Amino acid sequence: MSIAEEQNQRGGVTIARLLMSFGPLLFLAALVVVFTVLKPSFIDPINLFNITRQISITGLIALGMTFVILTAGIDLSVGSLLAFCGMVAAVVAKGGTANTLSLSTSGTQGYGWFAALLAAVVVGALAGGVQGFAITRLKVPPFVVTLGGLTVFRGLTLTISNGGPISGFDASMRWFGTGLIGPVPVPALIFAIAAILCHIVLRYTRYGRAVYAVGGNAEAARLSGLRVDRILVSVYVIVGFFAGLAAFVLSARLNSSEAVAGIGYELTVISAVVIGGTSLFGGIGSVGGTVVGAALIGVLQNGLQFNNVSSYTQSIVIGLILILAVAFDRWLKSRVRR
Amino acid sequence: MPAEAASPVLLAVEGVTKHFAGVTALNEVSLDIHPGEILGLLGENGAGKSTLLKILSGVMPPSSGRITFDGADYQPASPQDAKRLGIVTIYQELSLIPTLTVAENIFIGRAPTGPLGLVSWRRMEQDSRAIIARVGLSIDPMTPVSALSVAEQQLVEIARALSLKSRLIIMDEPTSALTETEVQRLLSIMDRLRKDKVAIMFVTHRLEEASAICDRMTVLRDGRLAGHLERQGGPIKLPAIIEKMVGRAASELYARPAQRAVAGDVVLSVRGLRTVRDPEAPHAIVLDGVDIDLKAGEILGVAGLVGSGRTELARAIFGADRIAAGTITLDGKEIAPASPADAIKLGIGLVPEDRKHQAIFAALGILPNFSVASLGRFSNGFGFMAERRERDALSGFRKMLSIRMASAEQAIEGLSGGNQQKVILARWLARDPKVLVVDEPTRGVDVGAKAEVHQILVQLAARGIAVMMISSELPEVLAVSDRIVTMRKGRITGQMPGVEANEERLMELMALDRQDTPAQDAGGQAR
Repeated sequence: MSIAEEQNQRGGVTIARLLMSFGPLLFLAALVVVFTVLKPSFIDPINLFNITRQISITGLIALGMTFVILTAGIDLSVGSLLAFCGMVAAVVAKGGTANTLSLSTSGTQGYGWFAALLAAVVVGALAGGVQGFAITRLKVPPFVVTLGGLTVFRGLTLTISNGGPISGFDASMRWFGTGLIGPVPVPALIFAIAAILCHIVLRYTRYGRAVYAVGGNAEAARLSGLRVDRILVSVYVIVGFFAGLAAFVLSARLNSSEAVAGIGYELTVISAVVIGGTSLFGGIGSVGGTVVGAALIGVLQNGLQFNNVSSYTQSIVIGLILILAVAFDRWLKSRVRR
Repeated sequence: MPAEAASPVLLAVEGVTKHFAGVTALNEVSLDIHPGEILGLLGENGAGKSTLLKILSGVMPPSSGRITFDGADYQPASPQDAKRLGIVTIYQELSLIPTLTVAENIFIGRAPTGPLGLVSWRRMEQDSRAIIARVGLSIDPMTPVSALSVAEQQLVEIARALSLKSRLIIMDEPTSALTETEVQRLLSIMDRLRKDKVAIMFVTHRLEEASAICDRMTVLRDGRLAGHLERQGGPIKLPAIIEKMVGRAASELYARPAQRAVAGDVVLSVRGLRTVRDPEAPHAIVLDGVDIDLKAGEILGVAGLVGSGRTELARAIFGADRIAAGTITLDGKEIAPASPADAIKLGIGLVPEDRKHQAIFAALGILPNFSVASLGRFSNGFGFMAERRERDALSGFRKMLSIRMASAEQAIEGLSGGNQQKVILARWLARDPKVLVVDEPTRGVDVGAKAEVHQILVQLAARGIAVMMISSELPEVLAVSDRIVTMRKGRITGQMPGVEANEERLMELMALDRQDTPAQDAGGQAR
């Protein structure tokens, strides 16, 4: 193929390429417009900040999930791991498993919010590391390992909490879930900072390059000298870390760690990543896309609720959007390849 | 035995030509085959065999020319269509479904049914037992295919072809994955089918096998018909085949550079290298005591056919496959790379054989494809990419190797094969390797770019890099190598300076067992 032909081919698909990069964003903008027309108070800053708070929990996990899916992996255990890490944080924060339903903070003998946070993220990262080890060393597919993890972590959560919640944290911890800095909810701020950091890591570091390479072609990555197994383990550590961080924020927001927290979150999280344009086959995707995907789901849920659409119908709509988003992506790619 | 005298022509190919984007892969080729005849189709890599195969099996139509099958025009619209018309092609990569049983595979899509329209397992079992008996298999037809050896799977495919009432079976390199005994069995079954008036087209690199079984041979060279050979009294003689295969005037394509004065020190030295048989791939070639020396500034050509162990040698040196015995010495120090990462750190690079699956990251841009093996060199102490440096390096190589590309962000998939290969070469050059192993460097590279790749290899050697070039294309080996070794069955079979080599000598060393004299071989036993 000559240069002219190659350039020609590129020029001819510019619009498709643009759509591919900005498709989800355009769709998000369209949704905001539609909901605003239906009910102008939708665009109220208060509501918008509400949305950011709502998406921050699953959004945090989706950041980690982006790393995993970029390597063509998957982590189904994140919802259970979130509950488990939340419970660990609660135990540390309160210094025991005593199920104090009283919201008073007097008389607690815990170790404070920082220790709780540290425990949540360390336990999350370790749990991810163990799963990554099983995937790379025992050669069990990620789907199976993390499906097992989904059950194991839920069981562990129920075991340490005896099935009930652990509630009542001190104000300094609750601030991470309910506080505001100016008009911005703290969880949204945490999500934003984490998203920027993840974007920088994936886009500007050698580690990020390695993640894309491993996901794009694991054999070629190995023959190019990358330590493929280490990189694979690391992405499960990262998603575990974010499950722990999200767990801490969720517990702080609810002032309670629930044994049944996070059920079904893995699906929302994976949806956000996939709607954001990250390929389940690995090697293609971005943090920006994931943020847009998470926002899209958040806006959709909030907007439908705002218009009194039942949560049953919401599930239907979100499921259909997921399929349409991927179908659209495929269609664009087939046009680009042509 | 020549059956053609009596029977009419079954398949006739007349003046078939195939063009691909300006390249003529097949030029006015004609051949014919009769019922009850085994026709060998031979030729070096790139001679046009696979193109002809694809046309005959309905994968693609010819650009021009005429094919008749059983007296009627033959224009299959698809491989299924070709099968329906009575031509079945059995490829090296078998097409059975491993999880299904032998019987299910034979009757796939046409399972015998009972009165209720349900599958009749009993009939399926009985019928398939009879079908596989025709190819000498006595296994239980209810065995899953995954439990069979490659040789048995091949026989099942042949049996299925027979049950489809195929009149012409095309076999593409059927013996490349078989052991000696399995080869003998296959040859005797081919002989039996011949007596049943089935026509067989036997596409192979293995000259002895072809000579042992074929009634006639058609030899292709550079996309053209090089000639037909016929069995007369005894088997077709190997020197005659070799002459037809390689008998070309030195091609103007590869201008042999003036012999460079190579006086570098030995950089890489391999002694007694052996690999183990992998229980999961029992038919893979194992290295059986390989000794090789590679000097700085030279291009060592390693010539061998598919299955000679040439790729395994490259992978073993590169730490990609485990070594059972032997030593590798780099710059006088013994090394034992346990992974490609180790080998790369020591200064070894590998441009692998299968670019698509082993080298390129199709979804990524040119820049990350280029720098993936040197992330450490293109990043700072904090792990951030030094993109300016990275881009500068790429644009340097872009000029040096004349890589035709639009931008560093362009997806590598959009480049031609030759330009992709240049990016992969640049990937290794960015590391300044001491040793660069290139495996089939011009596979899937179009004619113009081939010469460019060769020129690049010569330049690299001139810069002091020790280049080991593995290739099955003899003109290529002859064009650029300072020294040539030949491999066969996991062993080195010969070694000579490039100037003393010619295609006939190399082909003999690559294709024949050393003690064999070409005329006497396994021919009689196969009958």
